[in-house]
Amino acid sequence: MGEKVLMKGNEALAEAAIRAGCRHFFGYPITPQTELAAYMSRRMPKVGGTYLQAESEIAAINMVYGCSAGGKRAMTSSSSPGVSLKGEGISYMIGADLPGLIINIQRGGPGLGGIQPSQADYWMATRATGHGDGHVIVFAPSTVQEMADSVALAFELGDRYRTPVMVLADGLLGQMMEPVELPEPLSLEDLPARPWAIDGHRGQRKSNNVNSLYLVAQELEDAIQARFDRYEQIKATEQRFEGFMTEDADVVLVAYGAASRIARSAVGKARKLGIKVGLIRPITLWPFPVDAIEAAVDQAKAFLVTEFSMGQMVDDVRLVVNGRRPVSFFAHTGGIVQTPDEVVEALKRVAAGETINLVPRHGKLTGDL
Amino acid sequence: MEKGSNLNIMVAGFGGQGILFAGKIVAYAGMIDGREISWLPSYGPEMRGGTANCSVCLSDDPIGSPLVTDPDVLIAMNLPSYEKFVDHVAPGGIIIVDSTMVAGFTERKDIQYHKVPATALSEEHELQGLANVILIGRLLGATGFSTREVCELAIDKSVSAKHTDLTAPNKRALALGEMWEGD
Repeated sequence: MGEKVLMKGNEALAEAAIRAGCRHFFGYPITPQTELAAYMSRRMPKVGGTYLQAESEIAAINMVYGCSAGGKRAMTSSSSPGVSLKGEGISYMIGADLPGLIINIQRGGPGLGGIQPSQADYWMATRATGHGDGHVIVFAPSTVQEMADSVALAFELGDRYRTPVMVLADGLLGQMMEPVELPEPLSLEDLPARPWAIDGHRGQRKSNNVNSLYLVAQELEDAIQARFDRYEQIKATEQRFEGFMTEDADVVLVAYGAASRIARSAVGKARKLGIKVGLIRPITLWPFPVDAIEAAVDQAKAFLVTEFSMGQMVDDVRLVVNGRRPVSFFAHTGGIVQTPDEVVEALKRVAAGETINLVPRHGKLTGDL
Repeated sequence: MEKGSNLNIMVAGFGGQGILFAGKIVAYAGMIDGREISWLPSYGPEMRGGTANCSVCLSDDPIGSPLVTDPDVLIAMNLPSYEKFVDHVAPGGIIIVDSTMVAGFTERKDIQYHKVPATALSEEHELQGLANVILIGRLLGATGFSTREVCELAIDKSVSAKHTDLTAPNKRALALGEMWEGD
């Protein structure tokens, strides 16, 4: 570990990827992710890597597919509409058991939406990155430091479980600067072997085949089930979260990414008002930290989920809580970011026994859905 | 305001006035001082000729929301920015304005004002384009958020490697603002 440097989240993601042994970046510009690609365009040539601006997002993800199948750590990055386009390629990577890093610096949607921060791609990231039965591991960092750290882990887990991994951040985290201690660079020789790769064996071994097509239904079912066995292993070992002041909390806030920072500020403010509140911050969104929510059910009288969306992660919280406690929701969407004070107002109502489902209209706290 | 106290700062003005750069000096100084810091720019259409602003948090604890909604200090480099943020400044806070650019505004009674003719001063001292850094100097003088030495190191870090000839003028602008005694 070296000294701290001041970097944008987007830049830290890029530098961390290079240090994790990624030498192949395929992208296409889109706000608020562009600094990542711009950084790669400067740095990759200096480390003997490939920076390639593809003709489209679809082309970029398919280059990641090809590069990864060839045995190399590869990545792409985009923002929400661009990640929709990558959906097909991500599904193919899942189907071919290919590692690879996909970064989504979310902006408001649907459609072209806007360019301000959003978390409206939670469902896409955790449920349907593409068609078919399958998942990707999803990291949701909340600081620039964690963005850098999550990239290294994403590559590591991608290789370990042979799966694509997504880092899901948003425009706020991508654009902000914080001090970051970058991880020590990995030597390319030390990266995990990929004995399954198509890397030109000159007849020295049995041919490898990287493919997502199974025309015999039984073979496809077998492949999917084998993959889901790995998913069970991932769920058992890779759930990550941070708990903050939950030990005595009557109300447990649940928030991830940039929204969790606002929630954290709200916890501090609400505690000063005598409201016993804590925060559970999922760090992995898939696998969702089910065990952390479960462990909070006994202590908590109620849960309050806050996101930058009309309510997506709240589904996962409700699935765990399963009616045993009320689960309230408070959010903004479309690029508007809630203030800590707004979250405190929502907390006051939940602490007083109310169950709310609230997305304020024009900033007024009256717009119950 | 005590040296070392937590400080949420909003720097605001037109795109091109060096708003983000000014914020960066403060952020770097906080980092060199070993504190928790965050720097968050407004991004998007504002950058292209409209208003630009930048949130900087200095804290001794991990920073929650990096978006400054109730600043302890507002640095306003034009009138629209002053008007946009004046009512959000925390009671007892500080407002630093470039009084060459911002005139004829209504003042709050519960705020300490520093009206620095930064643009005029920059021209007078052949420091064109450094009104932003003069105002950061005043921030330093008014709050003691860091030291001159650390802010100079922060300037070294903030000025891009291609423009190292600009570090000396930036440091002069900083000192000018710090020592400025006027309104």
